[in-house]
Order: sequence, then C-alpha cells, then structure tokens
Amino acid sequence: MNQEVKELDIISVVEKAIEEHGTRRDAVIPVLSEVNRAFGFIPAEALPEIRRRIHEPDEGVFLADSHLYSVASFYQMFSLHPLGRHVVRFCESAPCHVQGGRQVIKALQDELGIKPGETSADKKWSLIMTSCLGICGVGPVFIVDEDVIGNVTPDQVHEILARYQ
Amino acid sequence: MAETKSRKSIRMMVLVSSDPVSLERGAGEVFRKFQEEIEAFDLSEEVSLTTIADVGCREDVPLVIVYPDAAVYGPVGMDDVHILVEEHLKKGRVVPGLLAVMHGPLPEIAWLNSRKGSLPAQKRIVLERAGLVNPESLEDYVVYDGYKALGKALTQMTPAEVIAEVDKAGLQGRGGAGFPTGRKWSFVVSAPGEPKYVICNADESEPGTFKDRLILEGDPFSIVEAMTIAGYAVGAHEGYIYIRGEYPLAYKRLENAIHMAEAQNLLGEHIFGTQFNFHIHLHAGAGAYICGEETALIESIEGKRGMPRARPPYPPTFGLFGKPTVVNNVETLANVPPIIRNGADWYHQFGSPKSVGTKVYTILGNVNFTGLIEVPMGITLREVIDIYGKGMKNGARLKLVQTGGSSGSIVPASLQDTPMDFESWRSAGASLGSGALLICDEHTCVVDLAKVLMQFFRFECCGKCTPCRVGTQRSYDIVSRISEGKASLDELEVLQKLGEHMTEVSNCGLGQTASTAVRDILKHFRAEVEEHITSHNCPVGVCPVAELTPAQYLV
Repeated sequence: MNQEVKELDIISVVEKAIEEHGTRRDAVIPVLSEVNRAFGFIPAEALPEIRRRIHEPDEGVFLADSHLYSVASFYQMFSLHPLGRHVVRFCESAPCHVQGGRQVIKALQDELGIKPGETSADKKWSLIMTSCLGICGVGPVFIVDEDVIGNVTPDQVHEILARYQ
Repeated sequence: MAETKSRKSIRMMVLVSSDPVSLERGAGEVFRKFQEEIEAFDLSEEVSLTTIADVGCREDVPLVIVYPDAAVYGPVGMDDVHILVEEHLKKGRVVPGLLAVMHGPLPEIAWLNSRKGSLPAQKRIVLERAGLVNPESLEDYVVYDGYKALGKALTQMTPAEVIAEVDKAGLQGRGGAGFPTGRKWSFVVSAPGEPKYVICNADESEPGTFKDRLILEGDPFSIVEAMTIAGYAVGAHEGYIYIRGEYPLAYKRLENAIHMAEAQNLLGEHIFGTQFNFHIHLHAGAGAYICGEETALIESIEGKRGMPRARPPYPPTFGLFGKPTVVNNVETLANVPPIIRNGADWYHQFGSPKSVGTKVYTILGNVNFTGLIEVPMGITLREVIDIYGKGMKNGARLKLVQTGGSSGSIVPASLQDTPMDFESWRSAGASLGSGALLICDEHTCVVDLAKVLMQFFRFECCGKCTPCRVGTQRSYDIVSRISEGKASLDELEVLQKLGEHMTEVSNCGLGQTASTAVRDILKHFRAEVEEHITSHNCPVGVCPVAELTPAQYLV
C-alpha cells in the first residue's frame, strides 16, 4: 500500500522511539507521535512493531494491535493515511470565527480546490480543520506544516500558499 | 543560590521577542545578528542580550526592546540591526525611524520600572517574571526569587505546613472549576496507596485560552518548582506534565528547564541536600480537547484513548495507574511558589475575600487590543474592555461576551458591570471558566456563534457516553437548521430539553457544559433566534437563511 515506507525504516523508527520513551504504557502516545512525525502518518505496519515492544512489569506484553489502532485513531494529530506534501490546519473555533475566519476558510477552499479533510489529486495539499490552536490573539489562524500564519485576510491566502512548492 | 550571579556592569539590556510568530518572522536570525554586531562593536561586557517569550499579540514582531530607555522597535529586520547597535547601543541615541507604533499598553512586557503606574490595576503574580527573564536560563530565574519557595518549604516547613499555607491562602483551581487547592492536596495525603503522583494539566485546549502557554513559555521553571513543592506536600516522588501537542515551544522550554534543574540538584535525588526526591516526566498530548478533563488526561498518559472515567472515585484516591494523584492546572501551580515565599496573608491582599489572588485573562474578539492580562479578581468586564481592550473595534456596540471558552457562558452586555470573581458570577448564573473573554460586537449573529460552538463539541466529543455523543450532534443539526431558516419554533423546546438532559446525565464536563452557550443564547437572545425561524431573516445578515417560498407565506 505505501511503497515509500519500507519495513526496515519502520522498525528503526519504532526502535529509536522506544529507546527514548521506554517500554512502559506511558510511552504509547509518545512513540506513536514519533512514528507519525517520521512518516507524516502512522503506517499500519508500525502497530505490531510497537505492540511487541511495550511491556508492563506485571502484565508482560499487554497490548493488542486493535488497542493501538484505537489510540492512533482517537487523537487529531495522528493520521492513519498519508497526507499531502503540505498540510494546512485551519482553526475553526469561535475566537477565530468571529474575527473573520469564516471568509478565510472559504478562500482557502477556493484556492486549494479541496474541501476540509481532503487531499488534492496531485498530493500537494491536505486541508484539515482543527480546534483551537492557542494562538487566538492573532486570529484567524492557520498552520501550514509547522509555520503559524496569523491575522489572515481572505485576499492574502493566494500569496501565502504560493510560498510553498 | 541567588548570590551566585551578580549583575556585572551591564549598561543596557536588549530583549528580542521569541514567541512562535516572531520566530516565524525571523527573530532567530535577528537575535544572532545582534550577537555578531554587539561582538563587532565590542559591547558584550556592557550590553546583555536575551530573548523574551511573549510580547502580546502584535503585528509588528519581531520586537526588540532596549532598556533602560524602554524603546520598543518593531518589526526589526536583519538590515536594521547594524543601525540599532551602532546608534542606540554604542552611541546611546534612540532611532526614531525604527520605533514600533504604540497602539496600546504592552501588558506582556513586564519590565518592573516602566510597568509601575502605566498599566492600571494590573497586578502580576503568576506572570511576574514572564517577559522579564530569559526563560531558558536557570540563573535568571534564581536571581528573580526562583527556588526560594522550594528552599523554604524543604528546609523550614513540614509537608502539612505547606498544605496549611496554601489552604489558608484560599487558592482555588484556575482551570475553571475553582476547587480549593489545599483541600485537594490534603485528600491525596490521606488517601491510601503508594506511590502518589502529581500531574500538571497543561493540556490547555479551551478555545480562546492561551494563558498557560504564556506561563510555560515565559516562566517554565516556576512550574517545575511548583510541582516539586506539591510533590513534597503530598508525599509524591514522581510528577507528569501533560502538555498539548500543539505547543512545541513550551515543550522545548520545559524540557530545558527540567534538565537544568536536574543538573543543579533542584530536581532529582536529595533535593537541596534533603531526603526528598522528585522526578518530572514531560508528556506531550496528541490533539484532543477532551484530554483537558483530568481523568481523560490520566487515561491518555496511560496510553489509552482519552476518555473520561466514571467518577467517583476521583483522582485524589484513584488517579494515575490507580494511585492517589493531584491534578493541578498550570496557572494554579504558578501561584504556589509566591504563596509559599510570601505567606498566605500577603496573598489575601489581592482579589476579593471569597476569590483571593489574581486571574489571568485572555482578551479576544472585536476590541482594539487583544492579548493577555493578569489582574486581581473582581474587576468588571467594562473595565477590561475600556482599559485593557482599549475599547470596541471601529466603535461598534458590545453585544455579548463569551467567557471561559466554548464551554463557558454567554454574557449579555447588561452584565458588564458585575465583578468578575467566582462567587459573583456564579450568582449571576455565569461561569468564569478558564479566563478567556471573547468580546463580540453587534455584527455577531448568536445563531451563527451557537453553530460554531456546537460544531466544536460535536467534533471533540469522545463518544463514550450516549447523551453527549448524540446530544451534541442533534443540537448541531437543530442549530444548523435554524441558521438555514428551516427549523420550526417547536424545535427550540427540543433544543432546550436536549441541553438539560446533557447537563444532567453526561459523564463528564464536556457533555455537561456543551449546551451552556445555547442555553444562555435562548435566555438572553431568544427573539433574535426566533426571527431566523419565523421571518426567515438573520438580523445581522450572517446566516444563510433560505428565502421563503410564496406558498410558505400563506401558512
């Protein structure tokens, strides 16, 4: 399914994460985060590798793949499928909304040609709606990859997105 | 400790803003350029250069502030650095052409001298150091009273005395519920079971709230110190900071603070040479609003879906890994060192008798100046808007204020003279919540606002209990239909009933408060909602109401 992600890479990423965060149950989410960061999503093949390595002193190997899947699918920062090269996360919470976010999301959708939750056909862009990012003082806010962009007006959207190749 | 650093013969102090927005706009390069230029002009002995965490929400970042002149430059680009160093730092002349336009007070810049008198009624306890010290320097923290409280607690006080002092100070939880902190701690002490844990809830995800981020980014050591004190008080040797995954800068600064404290034996084994040991784990979340609920947060640390537990038992008796656990909000913890350092009586001079201390608010929405303030409990909304918000944007009329984020109350303009403290607001039927003040002018449609809020809850509901899972979705459907002019008046009753049921039977705070805004809107703005339904008209012109068909006019 994911040709770019080799099994070898998965094992080395998982092992490095386990080395850093340990093998106890409180390592589950940090390890998933590392995997998500390394690949941009959590490949299904990574779950059994993580499951085999998490132990609790009293319980031994206690996780099931389904448990890991349930965790990976619960949190918004994890993705279970590959996203576009650039990910736009738009804050849809009330503070950004009353400061003009309604017009900005419309401009974003028009410019990208995709709806929230979609990835463009050329795999360049993904648009994700997210809850408050905690940068409300400069709303409306969106994040492209790791760049925070605040005080956005609809007519700036084209120019902002053009910076990304 | 405090004597280890002397303030050399520093003639000038240069502060470069380093909040995420500034960094994105090249504050890092500007900082390095300053280093080079200061070196080149041979000024390193006389000029100190530091970064500051937050300068408020300003457009003209990166900001560079030069003391003692308190000159604020911004936005500063790479090309400006050479001129600034030569003219201002070397020759002592302010460069007027590069000064930032001052359109309001700079509440985030906490320079003691210039702060006096210029910012009415602002009183900083929690944010005392934020913006003043380099958040990545333990020395700076220690120079400004850091670790005095822990030293005092460990060497001069018993754990019971620490709890008694916090209790006497009347410190209430700042996460929203306002539960007395001292009492929470004593529950944990008396709960059977070992080990005990201290958790700092830094999963601040209430929309409109970013006070905890600013505390963590601006003064991370204070949280490390406060958690250590809490650990000593309740007999815990391990603590967790659960921080939102969306706060990378705060994570980095906390990580650094923990390492530095460990290196100086202020954290770890035998702290201050005593028998007390304490370790802190930093745990990043992965994006879920519900994890701000304390039992969901605990589940999340344990590597599970962040779904709230059935309570009781509460965390003080059955918390992390089933052990007694203190869960405190960042702002609550940040109040602890000053209380221990100065005593409960000192703390009582701030705020009102029933709500002691200060409160950090975030001001947002349609005002001229948005940002963060720390003021004594009990000031009014009108004061906040006029003094700190510098009035409504474009002279518009205030329509409502949403307090405490999405789960908070909608307060109509008529309540703007009610003192803001836990007690007064409770009796006015509103909640203070997390301190977010979303100020909305007359161009805000209440139905549109309700729709955004219900969308939020529908999306963030964890799905564990039926009233919330179904109730948030059903409420959203009805509110959407109202905004499209497709609902009937009867549905308002359904909406109200749904809200009541959710409040009564939901498992956790999310479901219990999800309908607060809708309830308040129906209470204060019912006519406006009804107009959407009966006249197919959005008075503000925001909602996509469908036109009446000729046949409908006849009905």
